[in-house]
Amino acid sequence: MLTFALRRLGGTVIVLLTVSVFVFGFVRLLPGDPARLVAGPDATSEDVAAVRAEMGLEGSLLQQYVRYLGQTLRGDLGRSARTRQPVISEIGNRFMPTLWLTLAAMGWATLAGLVIGVISGVRRGRWQDQTAMVIAVSGVSFPSFWLGLLLIDLFSVRLGWLPTGGYEGWRSLILPSLTLGATVAAVLARFTRSAYVEVAGEDYVRTARAKGVPERGVIWRHTLRNALIPVITLIGLEFGFLLGGAIVVETVFAWPGLGRLLVDSVSLRDYPVIQAEILLFSTEFVLINLIVDMLYAVVNPEIRLR
Amino acid sequence: MTDIVVSAVDIDSPLSAFWRRMRRKRVALCAGCAIAIFMIAALFAPWVAPYDATTPDYDHVLSGPSFAHPAGTDVFGRDIMSRIIWGGRVSLTVGFVSVALGCLAGTTLGLASGFAGGFLDSVIMRFCDVLLAFPGILLAIAVVAVLGPGIANVVYAIAVFSMPVFARLVRGSTLALKQAVYVQAARSIGVRRLPLILYHILPGTLPGVIVYLSLRIGTSILTAAALSFIGLGAQPPSPEWGAMLADGRSYLGVADHLTVFPGIAIFVTVLAFNLLGDGLRDALDQRLG
Repeated sequence: MLTFALRRLGGTVIVLLTVSVFVFGFVRLLPGDPARLVAGPDATSEDVAAVRAEMGLEGSLLQQYVRYLGQTLRGDLGRSARTRQPVISEIGNRFMPTLWLTLAAMGWATLAGLVIGVISGVRRGRWQDQTAMVIAVSGVSFPSFWLGLLLIDLFSVRLGWLPTGGYEGWRSLILPSLTLGATVAAVLARFTRSAYVEVAGEDYVRTARAKGVPERGVIWRHTLRNALIPVITLIGLEFGFLLGGAIVVETVFAWPGLGRLLVDSVSLRDYPVIQAEILLFSTEFVLINLIVDMLYAVVNPEIRLR
Repeated sequence: MTDIVVSAVDIDSPLSAFWRRMRRKRVALCAGCAIAIFMIAALFAPWVAPYDATTPDYDHVLSGPSFAHPAGTDVFGRDIMSRIIWGGRVSLTVGFVSVALGCLAGTTLGLASGFAGGFLDSVIMRFCDVLLAFPGILLAIAVVAVLGPGIANVVYAIAVFSMPVFARLVRGSTLALKQAVYVQAARSIGVRRLPLILYHILPGTLPGVIVYLSLRIGTSILTAAALSFIGLGAQPPSPEWGAMLADGRSYLGVADHLTVFPGIAIFVTVLAFNLLGDGLRDALDQRLG
């Protein structure tokens, strides 16, 4: 287990370093002079030189990269071109709203996905299964931003039950998390169903039934426990994708999270913030993948030995 | 099923075997027909669409669905149905072109990676790992941030994040096919590297590629619409479905047809590609699971 963990950790460090090279190269790939872009059209050449120094664009590429990596590891991500605030505090302010949104979405989606998937698996071929699977297939193709607009239209504009957007208390959390979690719930339900059906066909399940284990015990102890192993992996992966989904959903609901900060920064060409956000998002994504792999290895010894 | 007389052609041709299985996938066939209809409508938009997509008509602003305007009109009095038909051009083109670019690059890399092995293989696969380390939409936003907003840049952005998916898939089948007896045989009679790859290995990788093409086009259309919705894709007055939804957002409860119809267009199109992809997967290759 330890060798596996170390090897996997080493691989993650390499991927993260490569990601940092990409993010570092990002500003340098911009057409024209990035310092001039950030400083604005009215800036004097001294201003541009100051911005260039601040953005770490002086010296050879290697020197620049080493400096960039050092600063990043110390948590210094530069200053926002728009607000002149340190990027780290800009991002810090936006972190909690996104975390709440993702957790709420993940929570209900996992619960709903598992319950619907297992019911479909147990009631395979009957109306419950067919209805659930039609909804699940549609859910995967449903644009989240459209779902968000429809929910706002129904619950906020027509019924007046919930706020249309913003970040004020738990009531404003309901619609965005419903929207964000919908696709994940659909994917999980489909996946849980097929995992359940696969395990339900195994010999040991038939044996359990033949030796007289009550149906409840067959479902819970023999089928579900084994079916859930691959589902754990998927839940972890979906968590990473929720981070991406949050970018769109936060825009729909005017949610003051990281996703909206990213979209605003791209529109306003606030490169230091964009750079930091891309680094943050991909680091989270890579770390979640790492955790999922570790969990999986704990559950399934076969993986460790490879 | 009850075909007792089986001709030699039926046994030998993978294409007819595929068609035999595909014929029974009613849902996937319907989805394929729907896609064909959308494509024809988009292609012949100037003749099919009752109105022009961008000409304002200030006498009929925000009117609800009626006989003259089946899907109503928007804030500039433009006919929504015509804009959806014209918008199909944008969405379908973005879907096809971006995935085709990603597929071409990914397949080339996958073939090279799987066939050459060794150092080249490691480099290409690590490169793909890094690309897959970004959630798709984030990568797309990064590309748009460098190149600037606009629908053409969205195409490149989506191509970039489709590429590693195809590269991995094709590498996997290339590794398996390299060991196949007929490839070994071709190699032993002195077929050179390029013809070996192009005529003996590439065709074997195609079933998987075709399935992913259909599934990825659905995803791409969804991503392009999302990017346009958040203002980084198609720019006004271009009739793009995601951008139309963003326009309709301010009129929720006042003019719901602005959000209902473009949403249906995106949903139905993406659903059709996904259902077709699922059916193709079942009919082409059970192993792709």
